[in-house]
Amino acid sequence: MKILVAVKRVIDYNVQVRVKEDGTGVVTENVKMSTNPPDDNAIEEAVKIKESGKAKEIVAITVGEDKAQETVRKALAVGADRGIHIKVDGTIEPLAVSKILQKIVDKEKPDLIFMGKQAIDDDCNQTGQMLAALLNWPQATFASKIEVKDKSLEVTREVDEGLETIEVNIPAIVTCDLRLNEPRYASLPNIMKAKKKPIEQINGSELGIDIKPRIEQIKVEEPPKRKAGIKVASVAELVQKLKNEAKVI
Amino acid sequence: MSREVMEYDVVIVGGGPSGLATAIKLKQLNKDINVCVLEKASEIGAHILSGNVFETRALDELIPNWKELNSPIKTKVTNEKFLFLGKKKYLSWPTWLLPKVQQNHKNYIISLANLCRWLAEQAEALGVEIFPGFPASEVLHNENGSVKGIATQDMGLDKEGNKKDSFEPGMELHAKVTVFAEGCRGHLGKQLIKKFNLDEGKDPQQYGIGFKEIWEINENKHEEGLVMHTAGWPLDNKTYGGSFIYHAENKQIYLGYVIGLDYKNPYLSPFDEFQRFKTHPAIKKIIEGGKRISYGARALIEGGLQSLPKMFMPGALLVGCDAGTLNMPKIKGSHTAMKSGIIAAETIFEHLRDKKDLSIYEDKFKNSWLYEELHAARNVKPSFNWGLILAIIFTGIDQILFKGKLPFTLRHKHSDHETLKPANEMPKIEYPKPDNVITFDKTSSVYLTGTNHAENQPVHLHLKNPELPIKYTLDKYDEPAQRYCPVGVYEIQLENNLPKFIINSQNCIHCKTCDIKEPSQNITWVTPEGGGGPKYGNM
Repeated sequence: MKILVAVKRVIDYNVQVRVKEDGTGVVTENVKMSTNPPDDNAIEEAVKIKESGKAKEIVAITVGEDKAQETVRKALAVGADRGIHIKVDGTIEPLAVSKILQKIVDKEKPDLIFMGKQAIDDDCNQTGQMLAALLNWPQATFASKIEVKDKSLEVTREVDEGLETIEVNIPAIVTCDLRLNEPRYASLPNIMKAKKKPIEQINGSELGIDIKPRIEQIKVEEPPKRKAGIKVASVAELVQKLKNEAKVI
Repeated sequence: MSREVMEYDVVIVGGGPSGLATAIKLKQLNKDINVCVLEKASEIGAHILSGNVFETRALDELIPNWKELNSPIKTKVTNEKFLFLGKKKYLSWPTWLLPKVQQNHKNYIISLANLCRWLAEQAEALGVEIFPGFPASEVLHNENGSVKGIATQDMGLDKEGNKKDSFEPGMELHAKVTVFAEGCRGHLGKQLIKKFNLDEGKDPQQYGIGFKEIWEINENKHEEGLVMHTAGWPLDNKTYGGSFIYHAENKQIYLGYVIGLDYKNPYLSPFDEFQRFKTHPAIKKIIEGGKRISYGARALIEGGLQSLPKMFMPGALLVGCDAGTLNMPKIKGSHTAMKSGIIAAETIFEHLRDKKDLSIYEDKFKNSWLYEELHAARNVKPSFNWGLILAIIFTGIDQILFKGKLPFTLRHKHSDHETLKPANEMPKIEYPKPDNVITFDKTSSVYLTGTNHAENQPVHLHLKNPELPIKYTLDKYDEPAQRYCPVGVYEIQLENNLPKFIINSQNCIHCKTCDIKEPSQNITWVTPEGGGGPKYGNM
């Protein structure tokens, strides 16, 4: 079995994101970037499945500028076998990423595709679903547990009501939740070995796909600042304020 | 359990200016020497914090064509100011009356973090292997006691030290020579100085704590290339410190404050002094209408030549501020750190090629401009024991008339942890409340550092005696850790009306102040899991 894992380079989750003064986006200059956290869970799960003997090869793929390769390199350091980097500059939307992945799937013919449930930068939560539609494959989103059966997967999903367990036939797409596993650390020797693993570079423009953005971004701004709270002396005062000032009761 | 071992010719602990200069110079001297740099931050530069007005002297020697290599050294110093602050007023001191070491017209305003990122690229292009996210947590010794290398931190332990699923054991890196370049108060450097008595016959080391904020300010108040320093208010005559304001590119200013850690009043809060400083009319008018975008703090070395330990030992060298090469009157340590790295690399090169003893490091150091510079600078900091006014007069005589060549050396008499007076002998200090426009609290500040440590891991701030903070330090000194920590790691909380000492270690920004200032030396900073700590951008 072959698993394709899609990873994305995003602003590190510890960094306080700052909106550009002119409202055209957020500041990425001099900002620490990392792999999108649930993508780490996707890689970890693929590696676990390979370690259990149920998969033969893990291919990590990313779409983005030159530096996005770092995320593939990190995936290689924790157990992916080889990498693919689709070089694209500028904004790239989930639909475009799905189309690119579809092309690569046609070529690579994986049995499973894993990725994070959504990216922490744009929070779209679309790529997995769109890819499933394009490929006409079954999908299991928000996976917090994956069991590999003979020709199917049993996937526990994190849904609003609680947990939902479904079975999907292979080939399938799974988008991973943070609860799925605890990603391992890359060890020094593995980081060194990863430097020697191959990353195939493909220029996005050579795939013959229309990857133009479909969404026009009008403005990016910070959420309004929360007003400072006040202390009330009694329950009566609280009720009075909720009624007359906040007008919520 | 036996750990995996990797062998190198040279292992360098720390990817700051001194470590990277060592690595680059080694590869330039002989590209076949295999060199590995370990860095505890998640990426090179993420733990670097510095003013910084950069003197290019060492870089000119190391990479003479740096101007052609798209280096982040761009903003030339174009104007200088020095202000003595009173409570509301100030006196502008003509810069021609400043000692030559404090004149900056040939220097550049830079982000040292960005310079380190660029140096790392240069080093990698030469074949240096750099591993960010791997703290060296332990020194390894040969049977004869000489340094054999280091071990990296175990990853994936829980709070109690049990292995989690993600456990990844540390590994041993053995080297013919190990170079310690951890910066001020390196936790391995500290152990080595003790083990090999490297500070024998030297004065106790002196430290300061430096704060830095980056502000984006209004265009009409920004003067790219302007360097401004202040002394005086809010500190009293007896406390050593001052501020810097550097107008960098992109409408940003680097605004900071340094306070000597030899302060005496346990009620003094360096963080609040810095915040209060910004409310001075001369400062407030610059940042008003602007926005604070970064915050951080780091301890720095102030001891100079008198406190500089021996920098070599069997199998290992200290470089940069792991030893203490900062030039205090110049308020610069980057060029001196890099120079010490260059000299260390030359030493190692001859050691490996001709089997010369590592002690030639000391001879090379003494014959270098680095020594000359530190020698001329040596009397400035200790003279501040006499208070600001006398020290300024003395510094004028020493630095302007005698150019640092007075025939005597003033001594540092105390370690910084010995200088606190009992709380009941000192006045309490009331600091104004933050307005969240110009001044801020620690909570909102720590947020800007991007610091984090994986939640369930052993606390990396060790107490030798866990009872001491409450049973002794709280009574006698009102537990100054609450105040000297720049991010509020230490708190006293009441639990059932009894005080309890809390360590919020996940907020730590690796400044090392607690390790230095704790009056009983009860707190020891050790390395947390790799990749933890601040995520500084262009600090």
